[in-house]
Amino acid sequence: MANAITVPTMAQLFAEGKTPEVLFWVGCAGSFDDRAKKITKAFVKILNKAEVSFAVLGTEESCTGDPAKRAGNEFLFQMQAVTNIEVMNAYGIKKVVTACPHCFNTIKNEYPGLGGNYEVVHHTQFLKSLLDEGRIQLEGGSFKGKRITFHDPCYLGRANNVYEAPRDLIRKLDAELVEMKNCKKRGLCCGAGGAQMFKEPEKGDKDVNIERTEQALETKPEIIAAGCPFCNTMMTDGVKNKEKETEVAVMDIAELIATAEDL
Amino acid sequence: MEFVPNIIFLLIFVFGVTFFARNIRRLRRNIKLGRSTNVNDNKSQRWKNMARIALGQTKMVVRPVAGVLHIIVYLGFIIINIEVLEIVLDGILGTHRLFAPLGTLYNVLIGSFEVLAFLVIIGIVIFWIRRNIVRLQRFIKPEMKGWPKQDANLILYFEVILMTLFLTMNAADLQLQQMGAAHYVEAGAFPISQFLSPLFEGVGMSALIAIERIAWWLHIIGILFFLNYLYYSKHLHILLAFPNTYYGNLKPKGEFTNLEAVTKEVRLMMDPSADPFAAPAADAPPPEKFGASDVMDLNWVQLLNAYTCTECGRCTSECPANQTGKKLSPRKIMMDTRDRLEAVGKNVESNKGEFKDDGKQLLGDYISHEELWACTSCNACVEACPVSIDPLSIIIEMRRYLVMEQSAAPSDLNNMMGNIENNGAPWPFNQMDRVNWVQES
Repeated sequence: MANAITVPTMAQLFAEGKTPEVLFWVGCAGSFDDRAKKITKAFVKILNKAEVSFAVLGTEESCTGDPAKRAGNEFLFQMQAVTNIEVMNAYGIKKVVTACPHCFNTIKNEYPGLGGNYEVVHHTQFLKSLLDEGRIQLEGGSFKGKRITFHDPCYLGRANNVYEAPRDLIRKLDAELVEMKNCKKRGLCCGAGGAQMFKEPEKGDKDVNIERTEQALETKPEIIAAGCPFCNTMMTDGVKNKEKETEVAVMDIAELIATAEDL
Repeated sequence: MEFVPNIIFLLIFVFGVTFFARNIRRLRRNIKLGRSTNVNDNKSQRWKNMARIALGQTKMVVRPVAGVLHIIVYLGFIIINIEVLEIVLDGILGTHRLFAPLGTLYNVLIGSFEVLAFLVIIGIVIFWIRRNIVRLQRFIKPEMKGWPKQDANLILYFEVILMTLFLTMNAADLQLQQMGAAHYVEAGAFPISQFLSPLFEGVGMSALIAIERIAWWLHIIGILFFLNYLYYSKHLHILLAFPNTYYGNLKPKGEFTNLEAVTKEVRLMMDPSADPFAAPAADAPPPEKFGASDVMDLNWVQLLNAYTCTECGRCTSECPANQTGKKLSPRKIMMDTRDRLEAVGKNVESNKGEFKDDGKQLLGDYISHEELWACTSCNACVEACPVSIDPLSIIIEMRRYLVMEQSAAPSDLNNMMGNIENNGAPWPFNQMDRVNWVQES
């Protein structure tokens, strides 16, 4: 049975006159997608364990507008952005953490120009800082010696040059980190970015997620680690397509840590 | 009569340079057809990028084989140009080996030019083999058929010819020096061309002088011709890589521009005191077009990008859509942009500086919707480009036009956008259910 989790909303804390250390931006996938909700919970369990004072916006959160912007709908994006910024600024938010690289990129880079200035970190960066500050301890546990390959999300890696935080965390699990032939700056997309998640792919001779999954499977991993709910879906589908789901698990970095800590 | 060669040389030289200047003016005019963009910030970072990426070739060596060969040809090109200075001065003044008094330094210079020329020839032969025998994937994509392929080979032939002429000229010169021919001062070291001597055995002095002169003239005429070929070729990158890396994007790659025209509209909609029925002021400029359907809607840095592209195809070979057989090729986006810009430039030229509608545009006539919608915006192409070209920004500008001006998004995307508009998520879930996950086990 899963341990109970504590998830205060900004509205609750505000009513109590409290300000949390950080806002956890859950994102649409993290809120609604069944697979991604597990990542959200794993991350919250770690936050609870480390006694991080955080809150979510809850029903006041809305799509950042990322998929609309990548699809070319700047209008819808800015409507979403301006509305979200109004809510966040009203709560006086200073720091945001999110488990979605798309939300991360959008809030970090595209909100400032519209009046939303926050310190924005990806959950792998946040977890790394908890570790560095000694607020969580990590021991390999069940992952000791396992072969784990990390799939770089485009909007975390190339888009924002974050390559090491997720890898540092994997190494801390005493796992064997193996790299795919395309990694870091030359990482291959999972196929979901640029609003592709929400449409059928154009005609071609292969799906991008299959290509990427093949690269991942070449490393003979026990676990494909991801840091993005969309990559997670694409890689999970790819592994299923290759009928490897019994041998290879696709897991978010937060899930790896929560599992290792037996949370 | 004695000054006839000098005069002929001067005429050819002035003609070559004038024609080149005319091409540069055209280039400037075409690039300025683009919208303005603010790239005056952060000058020191921009100079550093230019030094590192263009001068230092740091992104070329990501692919070591092509990278190292390219550095050899690049160094050869730049350093051998010091010799061109002497040739031009000799031509104008009627002197021979004007810099010979430099003595040892001169020997070192000429010697190293020869070694470089030889290495350049080897590099080019390997380049040619990669293109025509090995036929590397990225060189035989559909957009490389016809002129682009021919252009690439012509450049290689040109360079081999120039280097061969240079070495022939030196070889004949060396023979003449040894024979003690008048005007042929003993100067220079010839580590490579000395091996060509056997070819000239038994050749008389006057024939040798003829060979030396012909090679000398063809070499400099070839250089002037090549200079003017640039504008019509992908080879423009040897000049434009420098400004292009200077003006390259300094922001995180994931950051897309926020359209100011849209911001104005959004602010107006959010302002409760705004009058939605207010007529625009009589002198208000016409509303700005959202996104890009033609080259004039792109900004001038994007147009500079198009002229800088040397069609190496590193972007395309890294593109996930292209790798999986989709039509999208970021290189083709750049080639199409340049082709269209050239057509628009010619149109403007023949219509006294005004663009007359020719019933064509970049979107649709050059770049198809299918290509644009295949992009995952992963930035692999942008990362791969050795000279800071950004094909993604052009793709996004054209998607903006399709969505905001034409409502021509694929229907799946329209559903997604409808969901965001109605319930704040790309899927049809109620915003009020956003924290249900807390209670679910």
